[in-house]
Amino acid sequence: MNTAEVYRIDWLPGTDVLHGVCHCGAERSAEDPVELWQWMLAHPDGHHLAPEQKGTIE
Amino acid sequence: MTAFARNQWYVAAYGREVGRELLGRTILNEPIAFYRTEPDGAEDGAASTGTVVALADRCVHRRYPLSASRLDGDNVVCGYHGFTYDTSGTCVFVPGQKRVPRTARVASYPVVEQDSLVWVWIGDPALADPAVIPRAPWLADPRWTTVGGMEPIDAGYGLLVDNLMDLSHETYLHGGYIGTPEVAETPITTEVDEGAGIVRVSRHMDDADCPPFYARSTGIEGRITRWQDIEYHAPCLYLLHSRIAPVGVLPEADGSDPNAFHVEITYAITPSTDRTVYDFWAVSRDFAQDDDEVTTFLHDFNRTVVRQDVDALNLLQQALDTEREGYQELSINIDTGGLAARRILARLAAEGERTTTPSTAVAAP
Repeated sequence: MNTAEVYRIDWLPGTDVLHGVCHCGAERSAEDPVELWQWMLAHPDGHHLAPEQKGTIE
Repeated sequence: MTAFARNQWYVAAYGREVGRELLGRTILNEPIAFYRTEPDGAEDGAASTGTVVALADRCVHRRYPLSASRLDGDNVVCGYHGFTYDTSGTCVFVPGQKRVPRTARVASYPVVEQDSLVWVWIGDPALADPAVIPRAPWLADPRWTTVGGMEPIDAGYGLLVDNLMDLSHETYLHGGYIGTPEVAETPITTEVDEGAGIVRVSRHMDDADCPPFYARSTGIEGRITRWQDIEYHAPCLYLLHSRIAPVGVLPEADGSDPNAFHVEITYAITPSTDRTVYDFWAVSRDFAQDDDEVTTFLHDFNRTVVRQDVDALNLLQQALDTEREGYQELSINIDTGGLAARRILARLAAEGERTTTPSTAVAAP
């Protein structure tokens, strides 16, 4: 059974980078899973950035 | 410590463990006595197996454990003074007097026997819905051969969840058994289905060493393609879908997978007390189903692996018990799934607190 609210984090092969995709379509990359989950689960806060503002968490 | 999630189903036992002898298990700090009613139609030989009953494991009289008592038909007779309870927990007999006090009853728990597992509902019985119990159908499917067991661990259940959600530990704790270097080296994909309360962690190794667990059971010589797909149905049921094949052998275009070996590794993670957890484990395979040597090997080998986890988690809990409150951890990429599981468990625990009424009906005088 799947519901609509699915969060996904891929560890990109060959790197230390985690790439997160929220169920709303927002995306983010990070190297710290704690930080990435915090961003992911803050939905919708911070999940509707303009494309040029998306990017790696510092 | 990881908080308990009430108003949830938990595995209390394998069906084969529950019979006409009382079985005591403590689940989420609630002592419970389990037994099976007499088989229907036993006299003509067309017996059903009887149904599983779960009652609070303390006599209302002086709190004697009912699990240390005896059955009289489908009733439990307290082994201390003979207070007798029916399958609903209602006291139907007290010694020496005709009147049974109106308040003389013990709590009974909703129970479902499914897929060879006995599930018990911990929380408000009015909220128990058997339809939400997650399935592990291979455990009772004759096309699969299953071995299994249960090991109690002297650690909080959260440590076992952490352990199973991050299989990179196989490389180090279980090296030479199920671990190879590729497990820790291969990146994972993590998915959280928030509504369903499921965490999925996948690790697909294209070209890996074949550990003895799979080499000796499948007969594969040489390197393998090894897939590990975890499906954790919080809080209790953990499924590891394991696919093993010679390197490069993939499922067919139509989705069938005739050239691979499939092993379903099932765990039930059932909190017992704040510092103990029942670790139910089972290994089901779709190959060499009738080969007793493979069956014995997988049972003994996997039990050894589980014992390695037991020893490690016992030690870890002892170490954590000496830590100051608020100790720090460091999480890295391998922990992505475990962190997701922790958060789901915290949410379920909070939800369980909000809706819970005490399930133990008996108050002290």
